[in-house]
Amino acid sequence: MTDIKTYLREWAMPHVLCPGCAHGIVLRSFLEAVDQLQLEQDKVAMVAGIGCSSRLAGYADFCTLHGTHGRAPAFATGLKLARPELDVVVVTGDGDGLAIGGNHLIHAARRNIDITVMLLNNSIYGMTGGQAAPTTPQGAVASTTPSGNTEASFDACALLQGAGASFVARVLAANPIEMTKVMADAITHPGFSFIEVVSDCPEYFGRYNKAGGGAEMLVSLTSRDVAVAGPLAAKRFVNHVPSSEPPPGMDTGVLQREVRPIFSGIRGGDTDES
Amino acid sequence: MAEAQLVQGNEACALGAVAAGCNFYGGYPITPSSGIAEQMVRFLPGADGVFVQMEDEIASLAAVIGASLAGSKAMTATSGPGFSLMQEHIGYAVMAEVPCVIVNVMRGGPSTGMPTSPSQGDMMQARWGTHGDHSAIVLAPSSVGEVYELTVRAFNLAERFRTPVIVVYDEIVGHTRESVVLPDALEITDRVRAEGDPEEFRPKAITPNGVPPQAAFGDGYRFHVTGLAHDERGFPTEDSQVAGALLTRLHSKVDDHEDEIVDVETFMIDDADLAIFAYGIVGRSAREAVMEARASGIKAGLIRPRTVWPFPAEHIARAAEQVDTIIVAEMNLGQMIGEVERAAQGQAEIVGHLRADGEPMTPAHLLALITNVEADRKQP
Repeated sequence: MTDIKTYLREWAMPHVLCPGCAHGIVLRSFLEAVDQLQLEQDKVAMVAGIGCSSRLAGYADFCTLHGTHGRAPAFATGLKLARPELDVVVVTGDGDGLAIGGNHLIHAARRNIDITVMLLNNSIYGMTGGQAAPTTPQGAVASTTPSGNTEASFDACALLQGAGASFVARVLAANPIEMTKVMADAITHPGFSFIEVVSDCPEYFGRYNKAGGGAEMLVSLTSRDVAVAGPLAAKRFVNHVPSSEPPPGMDTGVLQREVRPIFSGIRGGDTDES
Repeated sequence: MAEAQLVQGNEACALGAVAAGCNFYGGYPITPSSGIAEQMVRFLPGADGVFVQMEDEIASLAAVIGASLAGSKAMTATSGPGFSLMQEHIGYAVMAEVPCVIVNVMRGGPSTGMPTSPSQGDMMQARWGTHGDHSAIVLAPSSVGEVYELTVRAFNLAERFRTPVIVVYDEIVGHTRESVVLPDALEITDRVRAEGDPEEFRPKAITPNGVPPQAAFGDGYRFHVTGLAHDERGFPTEDSQVAGALLTRLHSKVDDHEDEIVDVETFMIDDADLAIFAYGIVGRSAREAVMEARASGIKAGLIRPRTVWPFPAEHIARAAEQVDTIIVAEMNLGQMIGEVERAAQGQAEIVGHLRADGEPMTPAHLLALITNVEADRKQP
């Protein structure tokens, strides 16, 4: 395996992420997937929106585009259509991808453009200081839901399945080996691929909801049993099921996979699509 | 030798874009600009180009920026409400220095306003619509032929200055069909490409002319692009000196080259007693009115900016020394008139003729106005 630092901009360190944040683990898993696939470094484009997750692009030594809030799939669409030979990967978050950018995400899925979207879900807006997101569980405390969130939350994978994404997967930031495997699978999938990476935000979500630090939050993700899981998993599903039943919706791995025509824009003759 | 063709304004825009080398169009339907998209989807596949209809105008300009970063010459077109949605990414393209062309076929506003009526209500939005301090290059054609010519020029200026360039014209220019002879040969400008060792490449290098050479994604240069204030490597910074220098450079790369950009048609101005300042379709009516006024013995002249931003202040100052009165005629309730007043510095009386009811300003209309102003001028 190549030294992972080959894919990092060490000159751009130190990074902006908080202690205990799992986003760095996610980035490493992604870089390992790129390495396993032996993608040409000059031909990888990482396109990001705004938020903690989106800052990852700045530290990865590829062609990196830090765009505007929620719009990464739209930037990526233009980029991929103009340069089909690029491996285009969007890194976004739950606020970026599901609130302000929800429209762009579902349309990229619908078109089946050949890009990969990694949505790092930490159930809250971290960069702006812990406000409620479309993924914040009902009842959870955020700076804008001090008495507990009353809104229903999105299930990102179900949303993308509904939008027609030809590859949908969910992975846990606590399982880096599985993450790398699924990321490599998504990148090689012909067409639009979506991965929800369940990450953490100890600084805001953890603190506001007494869900523990980074390590505890990650461990809690790996248990499907509310009784033994940490508070994060409990918060996440407490509104959906009686506590005696196992929580639903936490299926991991590849949830949807189909092959359908890839969108390459309206263009003449043969494309460079491989 | 080129032959005369019957061409619609929006079609001329698409023809000009392709002639300028445009090979990417991303857009969203909106009246009265949709004809541009409908032509681009016909032209681009045969011109090694790509067309995509996006989910909204925000996405349209995002896709255009993505394509431009990949090395394409890219454009979008829209009207009023869609232009408002594009403001976010106009600012991004300014900050990240991404060449692209945005065409705004103006319709009555605010809001959905009068979708099928002409207007010049977006002149200030074209200048100041996106947040933050920024320069702007905005062109305003007044005829079908000029739409073609200035669309080509918009691409050339975008490539030359690594910045978004906006073309504004109103619904009448967009939907008019007229006989035009499109030029055979065009001068085409391409962005200065990065050369040399990728390790040494600085995407936002400070260069003598203020415009850094540009690399495309996929060309072997790996670099970061952001809308955050950034250093020469394109990486975010909070260093006030670096951020301040960036903002200054983004301004000066345009403002210091106004002489390359500013383009004003003057007509019968040298001996004029009064001038009419008008742009776009109103400029065309005004020219006709000036000729008729001259025929009746009134020494009228025309100042018609084909580039409205940067504002041609020097041209106005010179004219203000020559004439007693400048009539500013525009299809809005007063947007460019403030700039004219500022540039005239009290040297001429400024009379506004402003209307925003969806009706055009006809030559007869403007001739009556000139006649009245002349009568007042003679009887102070």
